[in-house]
Parts: sequence; structure tokens; C-alpha cells
Amino acid sequence: MTRHFETGNAPHLVPQNTVAAVMRQVLYALAPGVAVHAWFFGPGILLQIALASLFALGLEALMLMARRKPLKPFLGDCSAVLTAVLFALCIPPLAPWWIALVAMVFSIVVAKHLYGGLGDNLFNPAMVGYVVVLVSFPQILSAWPQAATGALDTLAAVFLGRAPGTDGWDAVTGATVLDTVRNGLAAGQEMEQIRLSPAFGRFAGQGWEWIALAYAAGGAWLLWRRVIGWQVPAGLLAAVAVFSAAGWLLDPAQNPSPLFDLLSGAVILGAFFIATDPVSGCTSDRGRLLFGAGVGILTLVIRRWGGYPDGIAFAVLLMNLSAPLIDRFTRPRIFGHD
Amino acid sequence: MPGRMKQAADLRARQAGDRLHRFHGGLSLPHNKAVSCGVPLERAPLPGELFIPLLQQSGREAEPTVNAGDTVLKGETIGRFRHLGRGCVHAPTSGTVTGVVLHPISHASGEEGRCVVIRPDGRDQWKDLQPIGDWQQTDPEALRERIRNSGIVGLGGAMFPTGFKLREAQRRGIHTLILNGSECEPYISCDETLMREQPESIVLGARILQRAVGAKRTIIAIEDQMGAVRNALETAIEGAGDSTIRVVRVMPVYPEGGEKQLIRVLTGLEVPSGGRPSDLGLLCQNVATATAAARAVVEGKPLVERVVTVTGPGVRRPRNLLAAIGTPISVLVEQCGGYTPDAARLVLGGPMMGFPLGSDANPVTKAANCVLVLTEKEIRDKRPEMPCIRCGDCARACPAQLLPQQLHRFVRADAWDDAGGAGLADCIECGCCDLVCPSHIPLANWFRYGKSRLRERALERHRADQARQRFEAREARQERIRLERKQRIATKKAALHDDAAKKAQIAEAVERARKKQEHTP
Amino acid sequence: MVTAILSIAVLGTLLGLGLGWVARRFRVESDPVVDQIDAILPQTQCGQCNYPGCRPYAEAIAAGEAPINQCPPGGEAGIRALADLLAVEAPPLNPENGAESAPTFALIDEEACIGCTLCIQACPVDAIIGAAKLMHTVIESECTGCDLCLPPCPVDCIEMVERKPVAGEWPWPRPAGEAGA
Repeated sequence: MTRHFETGNAPHLVPQNTVAAVMRQVLYALAPGVAVHAWFFGPGILLQIALASLFALGLEALMLMARRKPLKPFLGDCSAVLTAVLFALCIPPLAPWWIALVAMVFSIVVAKHLYGGLGDNLFNPAMVGYVVVLVSFPQILSAWPQAATGALDTLAAVFLGRAPGTDGWDAVTGATVLDTVRNGLAAGQEMEQIRLSPAFGRFAGQGWEWIALAYAAGGAWLLWRRVIGWQVPAGLLAAVAVFSAAGWLLDPAQNPSPLFDLLSGAVILGAFFIATDPVSGCTSDRGRLLFGAGVGILTLVIRRWGGYPDGIAFAVLLMNLSAPLIDRFTRPRIFGHD
Repeated sequence: MPGRMKQAADLRARQAGDRLHRFHGGLSLPHNKAVSCGVPLERAPLPGELFIPLLQQSGREAEPTVNAGDTVLKGETIGRFRHLGRGCVHAPTSGTVTGVVLHPISHASGEEGRCVVIRPDGRDQWKDLQPIGDWQQTDPEALRERIRNSGIVGLGGAMFPTGFKLREAQRRGIHTLILNGSECEPYISCDETLMREQPESIVLGARILQRAVGAKRTIIAIEDQMGAVRNALETAIEGAGDSTIRVVRVMPVYPEGGEKQLIRVLTGLEVPSGGRPSDLGLLCQNVATATAAARAVVEGKPLVERVVTVTGPGVRRPRNLLAAIGTPISVLVEQCGGYTPDAARLVLGGPMMGFPLGSDANPVTKAANCVLVLTEKEIRDKRPEMPCIRCGDCARACPAQLLPQQLHRFVRADAWDDAGGAGLADCIECGCCDLVCPSHIPLANWFRYGKSRLRERALERHRADQARQRFEAREARQERIRLERKQRIATKKAALHDDAAKKAQIAEAVERARKKQEHTP
Repeated sequence: MVTAILSIAVLGTLLGLGLGWVARRFRVESDPVVDQIDAILPQTQCGQCNYPGCRPYAEAIAAGEAPINQCPPGGEAGIRALADLLAVEAPPLNPENGAESAPTFALIDEEACIGCTLCIQACPVDAIIGAAKLMHTVIESECTGCDLCLPPCPVDCIEMVERKPVAGEWPWPRPAGEAGA
């Protein structure tokens, strides 16, 4: 008795991984950083994440429908949510709600779908959205709260634009530690004096240093799970450390320490979560090392000599541009070829 | 390669197995071998009818040498290749030929091919055998001749004619024979069973092959966890008293059983792209091929049976069977207790590189190392394929050090020149990239398609070049003939003209003479 | 004003010289365009393009006298390759020249052949062997499937047979595209 079987192609085993699983693990790894963020600055970050995710998913669904693509696999791959979360982590927690909307339009509609959707986007979508709002609304994007804000105050601030407390926005927000250093040095102060500012914590920004360490813990988990390779974080952190140390050793009065540079701003977040975006980065191992190093150097260049206090976003976008070229020159040698 | 580097490489090749090396990529897969390996080797029953495919080696079908109604003895030739030196097909048992029919032939294409159908008479009577008793005194040429005429092909799955390979190896000069016993694909245990149960015949095969190609030493490569096998082989080597054979254990990383990967592990050297192991002075043979060679020489028996692993969660009692070539797979599964209710896919070969069979009417071939029955749970699900996110996992897993994500783009876009330049021909179709891809892109399948297209294009180009040459040669010939004809006419005309001139001269002379005469009184 | 004009002029001259030098120094030698076109054509020598062979057609294309869509054996893929090479739009195959079909080869019914040698003279690639009043046969591997031997045969004993791939050449089918994207 002959029995017939359905056929399918080798390998016949179940694939070991899924896109959604990769994205989900990155999201899990962000949790400690988000928790510490909320501890220092209140629940605003959670609200911003929720808003951005909502907008991102909505826009993603609209674009998928417009492009006649199936909704379920692409909404379920968590890539839009990850974009939204990474963006939300970059903006002040009390930013008005429409900031996230504007940013997500540029992230999801322009940077992602107009370039061909998941896998074909040339630029990191989260950073495109962030840069658009950063250059369009610089005041809002630099208004960081000095202390934690309550839930009700947060809602009022985000949706009604009402400042917490009674003394207006200027009383509750202030410059970040990177702004402080930048303005201080520009005003001719030395690092010793600048360090006395209340924005400073133990090594870097008050509160920020701990958030950065929490991100680093999440990043270490991703490395251990092999969700990301070590090349991008290592290249990025090493480049920042080396170049910062060089300046600091030459003139400690005019240059912040390497530890400060590593733990302030979005360097840690960028090293483990933003610059590791596979789609817009390099693919070869050597290429990724170069890519990370490039982001690190550009970040410091922008911090020291550029027009913005932090430069991760610009650095990542600039390196996105050079990724294909780096990939071209870092092709591995094929087995059996000289 | 500069001389000194070449020398160093040659030295390393000669020290094969002394130190183990690593190869790039690969995967650690669950072995799943215990399920079939724990049971002793059994002989599969002869079915009511054997279907022996005439396609039993890489290349073309053999021509049948028997007709319906003929009676054959076991081991008699039933199919022959037109090109000499390419082996043949033999009757797996004695009986009556009932015809040459189109039947499934256990081929990746799933298409039918010609099969000789034999109804066994139950006596299983061998033809008159002519063993070579004193093989140690026999001319290597005669040994190779015997192996070639015994229909032996690479039993690891490639079905490349062994006789041809041995002749090549002998011609190019090799110093080390590698017997590949590291079957790295999950589930397959036919070689392990053979090495455990018949270590003597493997060692004998190694010695015979060594003599046939003029190698100095043999390495039998087995996997690290095959402890019993190692003891069995070493006892057999001691028994044979041959100090040129040694057993080397390698770490089980898929696809280490691949020829190029195994050589890399044993020597640290890479077989050049498009080259062969003999470029390094090495020859690789499957362990089962060695036993087949031993049997052909010392017993005079051609290759008519092989060990097949029947396994997988879709089979009730997995085990290894010694089956006659041509036995329908349904008979093997029956012998193993039949299918479980949730059996969903029938695979010939391992789960990584084996191809699916449409039905169990397909017969056992010389390449059939494993019959794998998988259930719905193990086979890749039908979740949709997602776009590539360039994660690079495939490149990290690729043992050929390719960039599968890039190759896939080229193949999909039919950019054949780019794909060829990016090393598509170096892909060994191991499926590692495919298994790790988070987007579930059937990369291996795209590459099989791409490689097939590349070969087709090369053939087309070759044909076109030949046609161009022949066309140009013909044009040149016709032009030459035209010119020659023209020349001939011209010469003739000239000759004719010459004639006329001469005649005129003569006439003139005659005239002058006549006039002179006239004037002369 | 004068300085500006002068400096631009000098700059232009220098750069122009530089470019000229680079163009000569680093010139990429390439085959003449006729050879490149000829390399793409399938060399069937069938004459369906209305030229007496692939080379003449290639010369005609290179001279701009013939459109690139007159080669049925080359098919759409061939037209695309030609369009890429010449940087023009790829038109569909001109149906007047014939239709794309599977590769074939000629088979002579050796029983019926009278040995007239007409097909031998017609074959553009000398793939038919035989002599006057002796049976002819086609060298299968050399036949390009051009059909040119069919019309002259007085007894119609030649048949075009589809070229079937042998096992080693069995073409692996193209996988279906992804469902998601």
C-alpha cells in the first residue's frame, strides 16, 4: 500500500528564530532602563512610550493597507513598537503629545515605508523621527524636568501643555548635564567649576548615570542571549572612550572625563540598542566594528564642535549613509578563495 | 601561491589529523541518533518486486542490458553506461526481470525514471563470483578496475562513481586517504552502525583503497561521541596490524561531515574553490564506500545492498536496516513497525540536506543513507516569510564564509553575474543559513535554484561558444572555397588567355613566314 | 571681474587637463560593442532575425540598423541583457520574428533519409554528418535547434525534438516569493 506525502524543501527542521522574537527581546532588555528612568523622572516616560507606540502601530497599519501588505505578520513583528520605544526614550517625558505623532509620521511613514518597509529602510527610523522633532522644536526637546513628576501633573503637561507646580515651565525644567558642560565650557569655565552644577551626579548627569547603567545591563543581557553581536557596542564604546580619554589627558580642565562621556546622553542606549539596528547598519562583523566606531567618533565630534549637546542620533544617521560602502569593503573572504 | 607557502601547506596536509582546527560557522544540532543506533543492524526482507533505478550515479541513466522475461542471478549486470569507466548497475538478488518501467526513482526532482523490475525467486543466488584473494600483491590498476566494475559510487549521498574518483586521485598523486565517518546530520546513524558492527571490513576497505590509489596513510574520522565505534575500529586496526591507519575524533558541529569542512578540521587547509581534495594530496571517501570496496575485491561482490537508517518521530521502531537496492521504502518502514499516526513528511537523507519524497513507493538507491519520517511538529511551519532584516546571522552560520543575505538578493533578482561573483557556486547547500534566519526565508532553496541556473547558464554559454566557433569555421571554409574557386577560374582564364596570345603569336609568325615566302622570289 | 574670469578659465583648463589625463591613464579596455552583443546572442545561427547568423545581427544592432527584439531563441532574457548593455528600453519580442520556445535539437529519421546532403549544406554549424546517398545523422550536442535543415529536406524526415535536461542538469524550480512582502 503506497502512502503519499506532502513535500517541502530542506532543511526540514523548524527555524530557530523569528523577527518578532528578536524585536521582543530587545524590548525586554530596555525594561530596566525604562524603570530607572521612571524612578528618577516620573511616569512621563511610560506615557510617551504608550503614545508613540499607539501612533506607530496606527501609522504602520495605515501604510501596510496602502501598500496592500498583510497586517498580521507585520504588526506582530514588533518592529514599529521598538521604533516607537527607542524614540520615546530620547525625548523629555513631559513633551506634548503631538511631538510623538509628528516624529512617528516621519519614522514610520517616511523613513520606513516610503523606503520599502521593514528591511529596506536606509535610515534608522527612530532616529529619523527624533532628529526631525529635534531640529523643528529645539526648545521643547531640551526642556528636561529636574525631578520626578506625578502622574496627574504628567497627564496635564503632556495633553494640556500645563507646567507642573505654579511657577511655570522654567521652574521645573532645566538643561541637561551635556548642555551644562557645553555652555560652561563656552563661557570659559573649567570642568572643576562645571562639575559643581546640580545637574551633575556621581560620574555624569544626575539620575542619567543610573539610567545609562540600567541600559548597559539590558545590553549585556542581549549580548549574552546573542540577540546582538559585540561588534557595534564594542566599537562604539571603545571609540568614545579612546577619543574622550585623549582629550581629557591632554587638557582635563577643558574636557570632560571618558566616564562622563560614556555615561551621559544616549551613548549607552545608542551602543546597545540604536546603532545595533541590523537593517540600517552594516552586516559583516568587521563592518559592524567600523560602524560602531564611526558612530562613537561622530558623536564626540558633534559633542565637542557641533551645534548640539549630544550627537548619537546624527552620528547614527550619518553612519547609516556609509553602511553600504563599509559593507562593500569588509566582505569576508570566501572559503577556498585566496 | 609562492613556493614556500605551498611547501608549508603540503606539510600541513601531510600532518592531517595531528591537530584539529575549526571551520567558520556551522551549527550545533541535536543528534537524535540514539533512537536508531541502539538497535543492532537487521536485514530488510526482500519485497515482492524490486525497482532498481537506472539512474544510480551522478550523470545520466544507464542503459538496461536485460529484457522482460530474462532470469538473472544476484550480482549480474542489468545496466551499463555507454561511456566506459563509469560503473554499472547489478541485480540485487536472483529472479526474473518483469520489465523496464517508469517509476519513482528517489530523486530530488521527484520525477520518474526508468527502473529494472525484478521479481525475486527467493533463492538469492549469487552469480559466479571471482574474489581477488591476494589483493596485497595485486596491481593497483586491477583493484581500481574491480571497484569500477562493481558499480561502487560515493555512498555518502553524492553518488559520484568511486572508480572515476580513484583514477583521478591516483593520477594526481595523493598521500592521505580520509575515510569520512563523521555523519553530522541529525538522526542519521547508518555509518556509525556499520563502523560498530563491521569495523574489520572498514579497515580492510581502507587498506585496499590505500593500495588502489597509492596513499601512504589513512585517517578514519569519527565524531567525538562515538566511543564504542572508536574502540571497535582500533581493535580492528590492531587485528590487521596496520600502523598506517588511525582513528581521529572530531567535534560534532554540523556540517563537519562535508568533505571540505572535514579537511579543514583535519588539516587547517581549505580545498581551493572549484578544486578537489587531491589538490592538497588528499582523497575523501565515505566509510560505507570502503566496505563496499572491500567486498568487491575480496569477495567479488558488486554493490547491491546498503545500510539505511529508518528513523524519525514518524516511525514506530527506528533502526538501521541492510536493504537490497531497489527495495521500496514502504517495505523498510513496515519492518520498523510502520508509521505513527502523525507522520507528515518522508525525507530521503537527513533533516538538513535530505529531499522530500512524494510517496513511499520510491526505492532504496545507492545514495539512500537515511529514511526520515517527520511529524507536523518538526517540519518548518507555514508562517509567512518576512523580509530580510540584514541581521547577519546567516553569514555567521555559513561554513563557506558567504554572505547569504546578499546572495539571496542577487538570486532573487536574477542577477547571475553578481551572484556568481559573490560566490554562489561555493555554497554547499548545507541549510545552516536557512535554519537560523529569523525571517524564515528559504535561503537554501533559493541557492539550490540559483546554482542550478548558474550551471545551466554555463552550459548555455559553452554551447553558444561552440556554435559560434563552428559557425565561424564554416564561414571561413566557405569563404576559402569561394576564393579557391575564383582563383582556379582566374588561372584557367589566364591560361586560356595565354593560349590565345600564343596562338596569335604563332599565327603572326606563320603569317610573317608566309609573307617572307611570298616576297622571296 | 577680469581676475574672476581668468581664474575660472585657468581652473577649468587645469581640471580639464587632469580629467583628460585620468581618462587616458585609467581607461578600461573593453571589447568592441559588436563582440559584446555577439556574446549575448544565443549563437543559434537560425536567421530568424532576418540576418544570416548571429554575428551579422550583432553588427546590425551595433550599427543601429536593427532593433534588439528580433531574436526568438534569446527570448526576453536576451532582450533584457541587450537593453542593459546598450542602455535602452527593453521592448517585447517582435512576433514577426517568431516566438520563444523550449530549446530543441534536430532528429533525422534514419530509415527515411535518402542521403541527399541538402540538410548538410543548410546546417550553419556543421552539426550534420553524412555523405551523398548515405544516411545522415545529427550530432545532438552540436545542434543549435535552428530549424534551417527542415525546409530543404525532400522527404521531411527531420523532426525537432525538445532538449530534455539530463539528471545532473535537472533545473531546480524557482521558489515561490514570500507571502508577507
